[in-house]
Amino acid sequence: MHELAVCQSLMAQVVDIAARENAERVTSITLRMGPLSGVEPDLLAEAFPIAAAGTPAEGAELRFERLPVRVRCTTCGAESDATVNRLLCGACGDYRTRLISGDEMLLASLELERRVSAG
Amino acid sequence: MCDTCGCNVTAGNRHLVEAEGKLARTESGREAVAVLQGLLSENDHVAAHNREHFDRHGVLAVNLMSSPGSGKTALLEATIDALGGELRFGVVEGDLETENDAARIRAKGVPAVQITTGTACHLDAHMVHKALHQLDLGELDVLFIENVGNLVCPASFDLGQHRNVTLLSVTEGDDKPAKYPVMFRAGDLMLITKSDLLEVLDDFDPARAEHHLRHLASDAPVLSLSARRGLDLEAWFGWVRAEVGAQRTRVAAGQTSTPKVQPEGRLLHSHG
Repeated sequence: MHELAVCQSLMAQVVDIAARENAERVTSITLRMGPLSGVEPDLLAEAFPIAAAGTPAEGAELRFERLPVRVRCTTCGAESDATVNRLLCGACGDYRTRLISGDEMLLASLELERRVSAG
Repeated sequence: MCDTCGCNVTAGNRHLVEAEGKLARTESGREAVAVLQGLLSENDHVAAHNREHFDRHGVLAVNLMSSPGSGKTALLEATIDALGGELRFGVVEGDLETENDAARIRAKGVPAVQITTGTACHLDAHMVHKALHQLDLGELDVLFIENVGNLVCPASFDLGQHRNVTLLSVTEGDDKPAKYPVMFRAGDLMLITKSDLLEVLDDFDPARAEHHLRHLASDAPVLSLSARRGLDLEAWFGWVRAEVGAQRTRVAAGQTSTPKVQPEGRLLHSHG
């Protein structure tokens, strides 16, 4: 899978933010993921310690907010739950729907420990 | 993970990115920073840059994705044979190893850049950007990017293309769209290839493949063809001509276009 590549990209962002915020350590990272992102949270969690080694995020907790697959029907307007390979309208059954949740792959937030300033 | 399946970090994606973090709240020594940006935001940034390059030169960029061996290169050979007199093609080939596919394209007199990814299972925007330095976009009408044969990873990486085409060969099984929804959802066009073999493969039903695709809320056209036998290729050629025309119209109007299902699309509905 491509989870390590995704994790490396995540770490680049985390390290950059930590440096800008003058953080000594990143204690937790929260990701927002949907199943249609094509990235498996469990595999990402396995890749994370490798990608985080030697960075301020080493040892950080990786949290996932898992988002449901939801569609809005462009025919009848209803919003309904769906599954990854059945994105049909739950109300009228039409396939002409738009995904409104479920393909997210976002860095939502970080928790940081600031450096104690010497002055 | 990586050691098991062969995926790895690509040479192009190592450097740092600009982030749009902002301070949310402060607590005793610890601070929470709300970020809300795509995990692949650097890739997406380079992809947008690639797309600007294509548009500046009026080039239509099409990303071909499928399993290995579905006939991507054979399709390109047949397309060059038929349309080479009216359109100027260039090809970027992605494989883990060998120059074989680029050599097949160059044998047709068309410029081709081979990207060998080593162990990486997909192309990313950086790799394509680097390949573009070896092509004269001013001399092209259409750039085909033949992605690494893989129904999983390539779907997650925007390369800067205007359209995605997914290929499904009849030897693979007509339920592939249901098994690999992320990939087949991403297609602006699905080609059922090696249609000449349908007569000996009674378990593949093109209608069933299309049924599975519609269940992914995709209204992408579905075309059956055989590049090797030259069967039913006209509709595909018509699609290419129409997309070239649409790209020229957009460029003249200063507009661009992305594939219908776009990695950046996540950002549009992620704040709710």
